[in-house]
This record gives sequence, C-alpha cells and structure tokens, in this order.
Amino acid sequence: MNETLPTTSIETPIIAEATVKGRGLWGNAWRRLRKNYAALFSLILLGFIVLLTLLAPYLSPYEYDAVDYDNFSTAPSFENAHYFGTERNGRDLFVRTLYGGRVSLSVGIVATFVSLVIGVLWGAIAGFVGGRVDNIMMRFVDILYAMPFMFFIIMLTVAFGRDILLIYVAIGAITWLDMARIVRGQALSLRRKEFVEAAVAGGVSTFNIIRRHIIPNLLGPVAIYCTLTIPSVILVESFVSFLGLGVQEPETSWGLLISEGVQTMDTAWWSLVFPSVFLAATLFCFNFIGDGLRDALDPKDR
Amino acid sequence: MFYFAVRRLLWAVPTLILIITIAFFLMRLAPGGPFSKERPVAPEILANLNKVYHLDESLPEQYLRYLGNILQGDFGPSFKYKDFTVNELIGLGFPVSAIIGGVAILIALIVGMGLGIIAALRQNKTTDYAVMTVAMFGITIPVFVVAPFMTLFFGLFLHWLPLSWSKEDWTSLIMPIAALSLPQIAIIARLMRGSMIEVLRSNYVRTARAKGLPEKLAILRHSLKPALVPVLSYLGPAVAGIITGSIVIEQTFNIPGIGRHFVQGAINRDYPMVMGVTILYGALIVFCNLLVDIIYGFLDPKVRYD
Repeated sequence: MNETLPTTSIETPIIAEATVKGRGLWGNAWRRLRKNYAALFSLILLGFIVLLTLLAPYLSPYEYDAVDYDNFSTAPSFENAHYFGTERNGRDLFVRTLYGGRVSLSVGIVATFVSLVIGVLWGAIAGFVGGRVDNIMMRFVDILYAMPFMFFIIMLTVAFGRDILLIYVAIGAITWLDMARIVRGQALSLRRKEFVEAAVAGGVSTFNIIRRHIIPNLLGPVAIYCTLTIPSVILVESFVSFLGLGVQEPETSWGLLISEGVQTMDTAWWSLVFPSVFLAATLFCFNFIGDGLRDALDPKDR
Repeated sequence: MFYFAVRRLLWAVPTLILIITIAFFLMRLAPGGPFSKERPVAPEILANLNKVYHLDESLPEQYLRYLGNILQGDFGPSFKYKDFTVNELIGLGFPVSAIIGGVAILIALIVGMGLGIIAALRQNKTTDYAVMTVAMFGITIPVFVVAPFMTLFFGLFLHWLPLSWSKEDWTSLIMPIAALSLPQIAIIARLMRGSMIEVLRSNYVRTARAKGLPEKLAILRHSLKPALVPVLSYLGPAVAGIITGSIVIEQTFNIPGIGRHFVQGAINRDYPMVMGVTILYGALIVFCNLLVDIIYGFLDPKVRYD
C-alpha cells in the first residue's frame, strides 16, 4: 500500500496523526489528574501559597525588614495585624514567611530550569549520538553521581560568598544528573521506535522529527521529573540556609526562618511553626502533584 | 567476581581524585585568604603565616603537595584551631558521628524493612495505608523540621528527653538518632513494600504456595531475598543521606561530631577542615557504593560480572 502513495503525502498523515495523539495524551492526563483528589487538592493549595507570596506586600501593613518597636517576639494576634506574631527582632513573621516563600519558590523554579536545560541537552546528545560519546558522557554522569553534593554546595557558598544567584545556579548545576539519565534512556528507546524510523524513511527533516516525535514523547517524563525536582531543590536551599550558609539577612527563606525559629522555640513557638508548616505544605504539594502526574502520564496504565 | 571488584575499585579512583581536585580548586579560587578576615596582620607576619601553610607557592605546587599529603592520610593543619591538625579534629569527631550514623542506618534498615514487609503482606488494607501515609510524611518533611519539632514536643513540652547532647547520658542520643533515621525508614519502607509486592506476585512464589508450602516459609525462603535487592541498592544513597542529615542533627543537638566541625569550618573559612571532611565523606560514599555493587551479585544471580 505504501508503494502506491506518492512520497510527498507520506509525510502528512504521520504528522497529522502525531498531532492528534499528542493532544489526546495531555487531554487524557488532565482527565486522570482531575480524578486524583490528592493531586488536585495539592494543585489548589500550591496555587494559594504562590498567590499569597506574590501578594505579600498587599496583605499586611508591615514591611518584611521593618522593626515594630512595640512588639518583640509577640504571639500571633489579629488586633495588631501580626497574623503570625513577630520574631525576636520585632519583624512581622507573616510577611517574612511569605517573602521567604518567594525566595524558596523562586530558587526551586530557577534551579529546576537550569537543571532542565543542562540535563535535557546532555541526555539528548548522549542518547541520540550514542556509541562512544554516549559512553563517555554517561560515565561522567556516573562519576559526578558519587560526589558529596551537599558538601560542594556548602563549599561553594563559603568560597564565593552567599550570593543568591550563585545558590540558584549551583543547585541547578548539580540536579541535572537524574534529568540527563531519564532523557538519555528515553532518547535511546525513541531512536529505535518504528514511528521515528518511518519518519526518517519518509524523508522528514531531523528538525521536524525532533519537533514532532521526540519532544512530545520526552515531555511526559521531563514534566514529571521537573515537578519532583522543584521540591528537592527547595529542600537543598532550605538546608543550606538552615545552617546559616545560604540567604542572608534581611533577606530570608523558609530554611533561614526555621533555623531562627529553632533558636527561639522555647519562648516563641510561632516562629518555628509557621515557616515549617509552609515549607512542609509546599513540599507535600509538589510531591503529590508529581506522583499524580506520573500516574496520569504512565503509558502502562492507559 | 574478583576482576569485577578490582575494576569497580579502579573506577573509584578517578572519582576520588575528582572529589579532591574540585574541593581543592574551589577553596583556592575563593576570593580572600584564611587570614584576610581577621584584624589586619603585619605584612611580615602574614608572609610568615603564608609560608608556614605553604600559601606562597604556586597553585599547581600547592595542589600536588595537598594530593601527596592526602595519599599519606594527612589533611593538614586546621586554620581555625591552630593547635590541632584536621586529622586530630576528625579523629575527635568521627567516633561520635559514626556511632550516631551507624545506629541510625541499622534502625532505618530494620524498621524500614519490617514496615515495608508488613505493608506488602497487608496490601491495600488499613495497616498498609497507615504505614504508607507515615512514610509519605517521613519522606517529605525534612530533617531540620522534624528534629526541632521533636525537641519542642519531647524535650520542652513533655520533658521526656534531654534537649542536647551530653557524654554521660545515653538518652540524649535517642532524639538525634530517631530524627536521622526517620526519612530513611520511610524511603526503605516504600522500597521494600514495592519490591515485596512484586515478588509475591511472581510465578515462583505462586509455585511455592501451590505446592503446599506454608505461607511463612514461602515468604521467608522465597520472597525475602529477591525483595531485598532494591533496598540494598539504595544503601549507598542512604549512607549519603544519613551523612548529610547528620550535619543538621549535630548542629541542632549540639553534638561534637564531624558535621558540626564542617559547618563551623565553613563559617570560619577553615579551608583544610572543610576539604578534609568533604573528601572523607566523599570517600565513604564512594566506598559504600562499591560495597553495595559487590554484595549485589550475591543476592541477584542475574548480575553478571563482565
């Protein structure tokens, strides 16, 4: 049957099919995700947290670095608009928690983006070129995998000062390893798939093969992995800040707020509880969304 | 088998050298020397100090010297505690860290595997859901949140356990070890449950049951060993996780272990200390991964050593 078709029209049905299939996949995934109440609830809660951090300046009369000289370490109260109380330096904890959330969330997103770019490029090149190049590139990943990364990040912040941009990039630069492995595995199997071979045989250009066949098929695992990278990045940043080696005063992040809360927890429980709850809730949300996405996109279940 | 072990061992060498190299150059490229932060010292004294610590040599010379010293097991003097070498500080801290970390990993393995097996045997029942919910919490909530909340509850509120470390009181170790092992318990329980469920569904377990083997034997003799494989391969990352966690735990509970030396060293720009700890822990993680790889073969006959 193929022989009777003119060569020019072979390309069109393949592309058309791919487009329809792609839409179907995401539509399907969304339908499944909506049924997953844990993931859906997480999505809503996360949206709410993000909204809070974005609207932080409009929600409270206090600045994040302003000292309220009437209130040092006072308990949460609605009367003076210190909804989460104040910390020992008299700064409003509600605003600081939300500002800390801005830092933590943006670290998560920026560093994940960095790891996405490096990981996808590295994995895709290794997977598609294959052979010797693949071997060398993945050996390199193996060696890096054995590194004590938390220690290197701390060293980096010690060596080059506590620049927040540096923390963004450093965390991103170490979390790309898993991404590279996933993308490489995916690329290796995709390269041998019939529809790719068919497209090659049909004379589709490399660019179009990548655009039409490779990227849509990579998108699922990459999306899942991204949602799981964000919380782990937030965790790393909080960890470093908790040790007092990350974000610096008067800037703040959830990790730093928690470490300050620890120091005053015997007299001011609120300074530990509120940042911890925000951090834990955010991590939960991302993990549930990641799990939900995985279930929704898992081709085995479809 | 032997050749496999040797080959893996040889792969560990470039990894270790890379760790040392990265550590060295990161610290040396950093702006500001170890003596530039304190009160300005007279230039002659500074020159002398630099000479004593070999900071006046060129970078490659320093690197080779450092590499040579480390091969002899010498991490050099501490810049902060001038009367101590890094070796002495590590020697003081390591037993404490090792005991806490070792016990934490043992507990994580025993409790995690136990919970995982129980959950797998009662799949989709209340016990299973309860264990998995707790595990989800354990995985998501970081050590530096769990540990303070434990102190807040058991220490400040209930007064059951001491708040910080003391040499004489072994109960002061309960909270640090519990906080350290909790996330690992959660991860191991999840891994164990998953692999156990898979094994219980496999053909040979069905055969074992079909030939009339008591359920207990079918589990003990046929399911446990293959189900252990994924847990075992997690042991390397688990050690890394415990080590990282111990930094926070030692800071929170005032334990004079290596982790606290590391953080103090990082804050004080004590380069040799920071590098020494990084290299030591890097080597430990590499060694654990190596060990796991080799033991792997004993448990999983499908692994080939070629």
